[in-house]
Amino acid sequence: MRLLTGNDLKTGAVIWWTGRDWSVHVEDAADAGEHGEAILAAEEGARRVNGGYMIDAIDTTQGPRPAHIKDRIRARGPTVRPDLNLKPADPAAGDWVI
Amino acid sequence: MYKYDQYDQAMVDARVEDFRDQVRRRIAGDMNDDQFKPLRLKNGLYLQLHAYMLRVAIPYGTLNSRQLRKLAEIARKYDRGYGHFTTRQNLQYHWIKLEDAPDILAELATVEMHAIQTSGESIRNISADQYAGAAADEICDPRPWAELLRQATSFHPEFSYLPRKFKICVISSPADRAALRWHDCALRIVRNEAGEEGFEVYAGGGMGRTPFIAYKIRDFCPAAQIFSYIQAILRVWNLHARRDNIHKQRMKILVHDLGEEEFRRQVEEAFQHFLTLDTDFPQAEYDRIAAYFTPPPFETGLPDDIDRSDPDFALWVDQQVIAHKTPGYAIANISLKPIGGIGGDATAEQMEVVADLAERYSFDDVRVTHAQNLVLPHVRKQDLYAVWQALHEAGLADANLDLVTDVIACPGLDYCTLANARSIPVAQKIQRRFAEMERQLDLGELKIKISGCINACGHHHAGHIGILGVDRKGTENYQLLLGGSGAEDTTQAKITGPGFDEDGVVDAVERAIERYRELRDPGERFIDTYRRVGLDAFKEAIYG
Amino acid sequence: MADVLRFRNDDPIEEPAVTLDAFVDQEDASAVRIEAGEDPRRLIPVLDRVKLVELGIPRFRDGRCFTAARILREAGYEGEIRAEGDVLVDLIFFMRRCGIDSFAPQSPLNRADVDACLSRYEHVYQHAADGAVPIWKLRHG
Repeated sequence: MRLLTGNDLKTGAVIWWTGRDWSVHVEDAADAGEHGEAILAAEEGARRVNGGYMIDAIDTTQGPRPAHIKDRIRARGPTVRPDLNLKPADPAAGDWVI
Repeated sequence: MYKYDQYDQAMVDARVEDFRDQVRRRIAGDMNDDQFKPLRLKNGLYLQLHAYMLRVAIPYGTLNSRQLRKLAEIARKYDRGYGHFTTRQNLQYHWIKLEDAPDILAELATVEMHAIQTSGESIRNISADQYAGAAADEICDPRPWAELLRQATSFHPEFSYLPRKFKICVISSPADRAALRWHDCALRIVRNEAGEEGFEVYAGGGMGRTPFIAYKIRDFCPAAQIFSYIQAILRVWNLHARRDNIHKQRMKILVHDLGEEEFRRQVEEAFQHFLTLDTDFPQAEYDRIAAYFTPPPFETGLPDDIDRSDPDFALWVDQQVIAHKTPGYAIANISLKPIGGIGGDATAEQMEVVADLAERYSFDDVRVTHAQNLVLPHVRKQDLYAVWQALHEAGLADANLDLVTDVIACPGLDYCTLANARSIPVAQKIQRRFAEMERQLDLGELKIKISGCINACGHHHAGHIGILGVDRKGTENYQLLLGGSGAEDTTQAKITGPGFDEDGVVDAVERAIERYRELRDPGERFIDTYRRVGLDAFKEAIYG
Repeated sequence: MADVLRFRNDDPIEEPAVTLDAFVDQEDASAVRIEAGEDPRRLIPVLDRVKLVELGIPRFRDGRCFTAARILREAGYEGEIRAEGDVLVDLIFFMRRCGIDSFAPQSPLNRADVDACLSRYEHVYQHAADGAVPIWKLRHG
């Protein structure tokens, strides 16, 4: 599947396209299919996302998992600071990233 | 240290408003990100993996306690309670919001700090020897010149949109503690036969994907003319440099393409021209600045002996304390490299502890090193025990300066959008592997430097052992390099061969180090043995 | 010429600018265009017949125009220097300091933003082509 991601213009937070809106949780991300470029152009124009791009991801039972480690680190946070991750209480968060 | 007058203060205040206006125009949609990016970069604001990152300038690596406390306060109020000291003596916050950035700059301006030209294609913050004003081997304190050049190169109208970044470093001793010749423009203060101060000038150094060690372009530039000389270098580069390929626009590439002789000839010609323009700062201005850097009121008649009865303290003294130029005083290095920690990171609380110690024991003076550690430059020897106890309590008393666990590592793929691989976990694994103090001491000086991509922020080209993270078909892979140095014996490290995965590179480092132990002559450091026996002897151990 | 922002009191030059190569040979020409990457020093021997220099700005981050303008001013040229192309409002302060005194931007500039950018910094740290007195001189009289 193809996901759209970028950073929130004002806060810089990593965000994922849900099909209607943006979420900080990659679990909410929806397959953007063929429409990625058009959605990004519109959303960047509306200044709802900054530095947006498309990535490959695999659909799993726990939700989409980005294909590249860089985007998995973006999705959760720095691997060396699990306390600052989006799921600090999840002991398996590290396995998901690596 | 230097104090802003009304002009300096007006300048940083204006920059805050300038940037506030630029952020407003970006958020309002008057600018797109292509237009905004170079502007925010000139103010040290990057978009990183998880948020914006703000790089704050620490000119020539010098801070007072008020400034360090402000950095702590900003970490707490606008970031996540910590900051990261960088290999260019600056401080980065990794969790900044764009909408907060102007307010953060306004807070910095209240303590005479800024983020001007800490990134982007500009003349960057000037780095210097962290022991300036304290080192026994310096000719003079290099910081007055660094401050003069800070002003001269701030908002330089001709050189604010350069082909690429331009990094200046100033030292004034034969020993090089600042990776001098890895800079675009490297200045060493020397005296000529007549006893006059001037600069030995090196140009064209830099790491990155095409590393070059700067070559000496002039033996002696009279001190009063150094700004003309630097402008001459910049003008030749700005006129000639390519603008069609961002990877080939650094000055080192131009120097290489033109050849040293032709580059030098053109710079000399431009230099003679600049001398006619009356752009150099006069002696009176140098004297005004230098007056802020007169030595602090050192006491005389202080005892020189240290009570070493506490063995942990004695170990720390042996490793972290360096001779000071003044009897009874010492330079105390503070390690930011706890075993398994994140090198260069300091919490707000740790910053405050160091600020308190500086105020109480070091004439309100703190330094940042390019190796991502801190320094209290002027501590009475009789106060060292109290300093150590306070550091110990704050988790800052590691005794590993220049040892195998004093690893330089860039933020890598954990934070950085340019990175191809993580650096910090590799550093942590190496630290844990070699954590035993006896082993560290046995290995002696051994500088390991790790970068998560070819931009080389982790100085891997200059490591006795260097590690470069690359992306191999979507997985992290690490190349091993040997034989680099960022000291006065500057050399560029060589790649040993095929890369490794994360655990594999830690094993390979250990094999290289064990080979050194087999081959070393008495008193030889790792780098000495490597230079004597060559790469092949190590390759054999690493790859079998 | 409505879209040219000028900081000069003389009448604008209406003559179209010719290329640097053409200008050097064409003795009746008085307006020349220097593209980024062309050596502005080639103009110095014929400066006495130059009335307008147009500096092409292909991308706003291409800073060669700053050096080109200063070289011409340092050679004594007093005629118009116009920045033409990708001129962003945030460049104008530095351009003015380097001796550029008219602007023909691709996209129109907001005059209020221009004025704000030009008035924001009251003092400067260094000499340039604009005659502004550097701070060190203010400090020492």
